[in-house]
Amino acid sequence: MVLDVQTSTQSKYEGQTIVNDFSLTAATKNGTGSQTSNNVLVLSLYKMGIPVNGKNLFPSNIKGLPTWYTIRASKDGYIARQQSAAITVALNVDTAAEDVLKVPAGGVCILPKEWNWTKSREDITYYEIPVDSMVKEAGVNPDLRERVANMVYVGAVAQLFSIPLEIVWEALLSNFKGKEKPAKINYEMVTKAYEWTAANLVKQDPYKYEAIPGGNPNKIIITGNEAAGLGGLFGGVQVVAWYPITPSTSLVDAMFDHQDLRKDPETGANTVAIMQAEDEIAAIGTIIGAGWAGARSMTATSGPGISLMAEFTGLAYFAEIPCVIWDVTRIGPSTGLPTRTSQGDLLFIHFLSHGDTRQITLLPGSVAECFEFGWSALDYAEQYQTPVFVMSDLDLGMNNWMSDPFNYPAESLNRGKTLNLETLTQFIADKGEWYRYKDYDKDGIPYRTIPGIDHKQAAYFTRGTGHNERAGYSERSEDWVANLSRITKKISSTRETLPQPIVQTGKNAKIGIISYGSNDPAIQEARDWFAAEGIETDYMRIRALPLSQSVHDFIHSHEHVYVIENNFDGQMAQIIRMETSKSTEHMASLPLGDGLPMTAQWVYDNISSREEKK
Amino acid sequence: MPPKTNSLGLEREEYKAAKSTLCPGCGHDSIANQIISMAYDLGINQHNVIKLSGIGCSSKSPAYFLGRAHAFNSVHGRMPSVATGAMMANRSLTAIGVSGDGDTGSIGFGQFKHLVRRNVPMIYIIENNGVYGLTKGQFSATSDAGQVLKYYGKNELPALDLPLEAIIAGCTFVARSFSGDAKQAQTLLKAAMSHRGTAVLDIISPCVTFNNAPDSNKSYSYGKENEIPLHEITYYDRSAVPTREEIKVDEYESGKIIEVEMHDGSHIKLKKVDNDHDPRNRESAIKVLEKATMEQQFLTGLLYYEEPRATLADTLRLTETPLVHLGEEKLRPSKAALENLMKDFM
Repeated sequence: MVLDVQTSTQSKYEGQTIVNDFSLTAATKNGTGSQTSNNVLVLSLYKMGIPVNGKNLFPSNIKGLPTWYTIRASKDGYIARQQSAAITVALNVDTAAEDVLKVPAGGVCILPKEWNWTKSREDITYYEIPVDSMVKEAGVNPDLRERVANMVYVGAVAQLFSIPLEIVWEALLSNFKGKEKPAKINYEMVTKAYEWTAANLVKQDPYKYEAIPGGNPNKIIITGNEAAGLGGLFGGVQVVAWYPITPSTSLVDAMFDHQDLRKDPETGANTVAIMQAEDEIAAIGTIIGAGWAGARSMTATSGPGISLMAEFTGLAYFAEIPCVIWDVTRIGPSTGLPTRTSQGDLLFIHFLSHGDTRQITLLPGSVAECFEFGWSALDYAEQYQTPVFVMSDLDLGMNNWMSDPFNYPAESLNRGKTLNLETLTQFIADKGEWYRYKDYDKDGIPYRTIPGIDHKQAAYFTRGTGHNERAGYSERSEDWVANLSRITKKISSTRETLPQPIVQTGKNAKIGIISYGSNDPAIQEARDWFAAEGIETDYMRIRALPLSQSVHDFIHSHEHVYVIENNFDGQMAQIIRMETSKSTEHMASLPLGDGLPMTAQWVYDNISSREEKK
Repeated sequence: MPPKTNSLGLEREEYKAAKSTLCPGCGHDSIANQIISMAYDLGINQHNVIKLSGIGCSSKSPAYFLGRAHAFNSVHGRMPSVATGAMMANRSLTAIGVSGDGDTGSIGFGQFKHLVRRNVPMIYIIENNGVYGLTKGQFSATSDAGQVLKYYGKNELPALDLPLEAIIAGCTFVARSFSGDAKQAQTLLKAAMSHRGTAVLDIISPCVTFNNAPDSNKSYSYGKENEIPLHEITYYDRSAVPTREEIKVDEYESGKIIEVEMHDGSHIKLKKVDNDHDPRNRESAIKVLEKATMEQQFLTGLLYYEEPRATLADTLRLTETPLVHLGEEKLRPSKAALENLMKDFM
């Protein structure tokens, strides 16, 4: 349905063009439907074969407060946030003055013509579009006007920076999941703006998108939360309980959206129970009850929810009950900024609950790892009979990322040492006994039964109070120490079996960078900047706690080590220091913790300034 | 003479568990005994039973009955959510939850209401003694206004009526009993066991150490002297359901007898004493409880009964086969399913 429209804007720009290597920010008001426009632009660039990443900086609000969506196109495949966007579409009058000031010299600002904005800056290009009159002329149903108005900037951007209309149409269809009717209403507005721009504006800036033939081959575009939810479904999760909280909500939403994957083909009944709980305490209690009864279970939450789950996760740790808890972190303490990203829950999660606990924590750094850990966390939980935390964050969880298609799990479900009637009978025949917390294999991992096994000796008493290896109540210090020592041995054994750090090396690098999670793109980009200056770096991305020995080896094989993370206190650096008896004087903690995704510039500047001092 | 056994060929002894560590004479121990008798009489397979509790004196009880059932002593006030998860995971289990007035009426009040609202199929027993025992004698939310305790003086707050709360939250089986009335408690336990959905039993269970003064309405002597049973209640299991002929026709006609067929085919027969309450009438149940509070009556018996509504597993449209019995082929979608799905994200 491509209309026959004029497709070229007259250009007066004579300098060198900048192709596929800049960011564009749309400043709008929350809840006005601008998300559709932003999605369509991201999808358009993706379909043009240009590596692209979209990041939403949004308020904790339903409607009316300012929101900024930044789309980075990078021919070199860099997907980290950039410090500034060359192009700003300023559609929110409340923030426009600031938005215009933020445009870097040589940049572009697109504004509604109706504002008659004073063009105070001579170092940027202004384009004015008659948004209101265009929407009025289009005769759009008044209920839809606000939403469709956002399509005006899609049309103008497409014309000014060369996105073919047929690509926009395809993107609209993708966005509306193939439904032509809504796609068409929006497309008409896009083409009107596209035509108007061609006829009325003269291009005076260097920025341009250009299709990359064969670019983005076979790539998907997805959020971390969707990937994690799908990972859970492919991991055979049977019970999900959660309480809505930003920014984790879309994780379980994705499970609802794809629950069809988990319908019994014969009966249409669900093979996974998904239940909205009354609070996070009930959510964790439910998945612990389910894990105890033999189901794979998970929940998804964010910091305040983790706080509420503290007591229960100690019970699951001590009574050795599998369950998986996703923490899609936002910045705290307290309510904090519910819509800003952070890695600030690391220490809290790893030591969650009173007493001596050390919780297994997985740290995905990409949407592909969100999917992978989505299923593998369920395996680890059952293998080690313990809660497994997965710490994602708002940036990874809620923003759209390009990725290779996800790999199908290579191995069968690992149900751990779970006895059924047959294996319990055999176990007792072989050993003459079965005791719930006895370390038969000397690996710290006991054998468990689940309720409903029709055997006289199958039952045991699960409790958070002190217990002996027979699961009997015990206040004896010897029993307490023996039990906790075994659990510690079990957890410690995961250091080398959980996902190991990913290491990238430079040539004889003296600088070692350690990080984890969604900081990866910023660090990768900054390393390239250093390499371009002849400064080599090695990079280790940690993927799980407790730490692997290789982390300590990495630290002690580099002259300078930087632990880079997105929290205020440098929490990973603290964990590393806690676990080593060797000097870490050559190791610097570089924490960010301002609520925003990390940029390569920040990484580069912080390492550079410290290197210069040395 | 061979020992007496039940329909499973088990002796009553085999339904027992660890020796109680509660105070001698504790009402909770007599409730544990009634549970043992109930399970023995009904021929319950303990291997399919889960017994769950929170924290408190009451919550120690599961250690003292049905020693061959899986047990879960969880955290304070949160047993309902653990039971909810377990029953989602395996809908074929039989769940017995034991809680107390602190566990249910205070710290776990929200979870209690939501468990009932979701209609998680289980017996939910509140061993209600109106006092915190393990922490040595604080008031609970069911302590009556005006009640006096040794260290804490006079309670100025109104009591929560847990059966009333259960009815309001949508419970379909609500009863109150007295641990000193073994026969009634046991009969109600049997009826609750035959019910499909959450069955709440608020059993007044005197605390012999902290709340047994004769003027306390949770004391043993007060209960013995003041209990007013709403009906004479009889339970008939499926094999023993009485025929109409066995009950005098005029008793039905005069409304003196109410007979309820339970979900599992068993019956309960309620013979009116001197109260007109029909437990199948929700409005009447609420009124009876309100009146009992105002007139300080200790009413016991089946307060409210409703035809079973959808339980949680039904609401969630789960497979009839318990989720925990599904194999990998049902739990992990195919490789082709993933490949197709990936196309949706391209």
